[in-house]
Amino acid sequence: MTQYRYIIQITAFMLLFSSALWAQPSGTEILDKIDANMSSDTRYVKSKMVIHGPRSSRTVESESWSEGVSAFTEYLAPAREKGTKMLKLEDKLWIFSPSTDRTIQISGHMLRQSVMGSDLSYEDMMDDKKLSDVYNAVVVESEIIGETDCWIVEMTATTEDVAYQMRKLWVDKSRYIPLKEELYAKSGKLLKKTELSNMTKHGSRWYPGKISFKDMLKKGAGTEFIVDEIIFDVEIPEHILSKASLR
Amino acid sequence: MIAFKLAYKNLIGAGLRTLLIVFVLSLAYVLIIYMNGIYQGWDRQARIETIAWEVAEGQYWQSEYDPYDAMTLTDAHAPVPAALEASASEGKAVPILITQATIYPEGRMMGAMLKGIDTRQKILSIPTNILDPDSEEITAIVGTRLAKSAGLEIGDYLLVRWRDVHGTFDASDVKIAGIFKTAVPAVDQGQVWIPLTTLQKLTGMPGEASLVVVDKSPGEGVTISGWDFKGHDFLFKALEEMIKTKTVGGSVFYLIILALALLAIFDTQVLSIFRRQREIGTYIAMGMTRKQVVGIFTVEGGMHAILAVMLGALYGFPLLLWTTKTGIKMPEGTDDFGMAAAEHMYPYYSLALIIGTIVLVMIATTIVSYMPSRKISKMNPNDAIRGKII
Repeated sequence: MTQYRYIIQITAFMLLFSSALWAQPSGTEILDKIDANMSSDTRYVKSKMVIHGPRSSRTVESESWSEGVSAFTEYLAPAREKGTKMLKLEDKLWIFSPSTDRTIQISGHMLRQSVMGSDLSYEDMMDDKKLSDVYNAVVVESEIIGETDCWIVEMTATTEDVAYQMRKLWVDKSRYIPLKEELYAKSGKLLKKTELSNMTKHGSRWYPGKISFKDMLKKGAGTEFIVDEIIFDVEIPEHILSKASLR
Repeated sequence: MIAFKLAYKNLIGAGLRTLLIVFVLSLAYVLIIYMNGIYQGWDRQARIETIAWEVAEGQYWQSEYDPYDAMTLTDAHAPVPAALEASASEGKAVPILITQATIYPEGRMMGAMLKGIDTRQKILSIPTNILDPDSEEITAIVGTRLAKSAGLEIGDYLLVRWRDVHGTFDASDVKIAGIFKTAVPAVDQGQVWIPLTTLQKLTGMPGEASLVVVDKSPGEGVTISGWDFKGHDFLFKALEEMIKTKTVGGSVFYLIILALALLAIFDTQVLSIFRRQREIGTYIAMGMTRKQVVGIFTVEGGMHAILAVMLGALYGFPLLLWTTKTGIKMPEGTDDFGMAAAEHMYPYYSLALIIGTIVLVMIATTIVSYMPSRKISKMNPNDAIRGKII
């Protein structure tokens, strides 16, 4: 009798375990759900970028319009940056500076420079490859961040031409939004860390109200990106995503 | 000959006035030679140091490589051609692979060039023998300028981030195995040297290089496909232009002194002709042609330059000789703009410089002496004897 009970218990445990396994989505599914939640055809964002330097912090305000791989950003404050415009079309980036009244194309090594002294490089801003296209995602374990139960998705590059060989993503199990990301070098050294917080619902989507970037090799408190206003699937006038908007 | 005798007597007779003019003119001589000697010495020293530390007898650049355009660096690498590879194994060439990197000394972010160099090389003075290509950790050497700006000491670990051939980030700590001192900032400022094979492995560029330094310039017509030879003419062009610019800037100082001396000579000549009208008239009346009289006055003026050479040699020779022995301490940061400059600059006074300066000042003096003397040719001897001409 005891033997039967033991067999039943084992079978029940295995059934439960297999159903749990079945319930766990694959890494690719998680990435697809994140994309569905966070990306849209077009988007308008009004935001603040708080750049924490070694001695002081400064805030840069901007508004931007994006459609697919193209984006246009205009800086609104502080006075020194006001009127600076940035246009990205496909893989090209131009910056208009009102103080010099010149438009320059950012390319090559200049793309690796920091944007306005932040922990973000122009290249980071331009990275718009779909994660599932270049990474093999595997759910490695679960972890609770704050009070949120998360999947930890480990992504390993499937192509050679990616900036980061490995990424680690903490994804909210219920809302399918990333809460944390770590970017690693080929050697396994942690290079950058991103934390997403203040999740807000926009229609059917969840979107972070604050994103903190930190270059882990550098001293400092990193850079915070605060979303003041975001509108998805907004209609963008044609001239905005053209070089004409730089003047 | 008579003109020289007369000129000498008149100049000595003028006493203090002659002495002052000759002294200022001698100052111009010494300053011109001194200033140009500094630039020539700097040029010479910079060439010697740059050949020893950076360029040897020339460099083969991969066709995409352009040190003045960092944007080209990503694509500026290719397998070392067989001919250069053979030279490298004989110790006659040094392949160098260059990639952009970011270093993080004490958490600060600094741009740098990560350079891979054959550790067995003997062509350049960079102490590459300190590097260990077989070590498990990455060993690196840096110059004193980078060590100072990044606060590095031997044995320290420096965090370096770079990208491989596909653009993927990689980062690692490198151990500072040595710190070298050089007068050539191009191999020091922002340069981290590691073994060539190590960098080739880290970046996924086996057997590749960005440039190859050679100990012998190839003959005319010798070309290597995909690689361009750059000789001293090309590699020192920027240095020459910089020296030229500095020479022009520095010449303002001694040109003012020279102009003052020439002005004094000009004034003396004008005054002399005015005061010695009767003498001029007498010379002509005694049968001298006007040209001969003009000659006497021109030689008199020009003789200032000869006396100035003698006076200048008297104090200038030991002074300039002393500067060649002790050198001149260069101000801090002279090499910050990328030009090779040692702590002490030793002026170089070539014979051509000394003779050239003497000839130049003599010609200038003769011209300013001749200009007022031309009036003599228009003189009427009768009026001149009576002192009624001017």
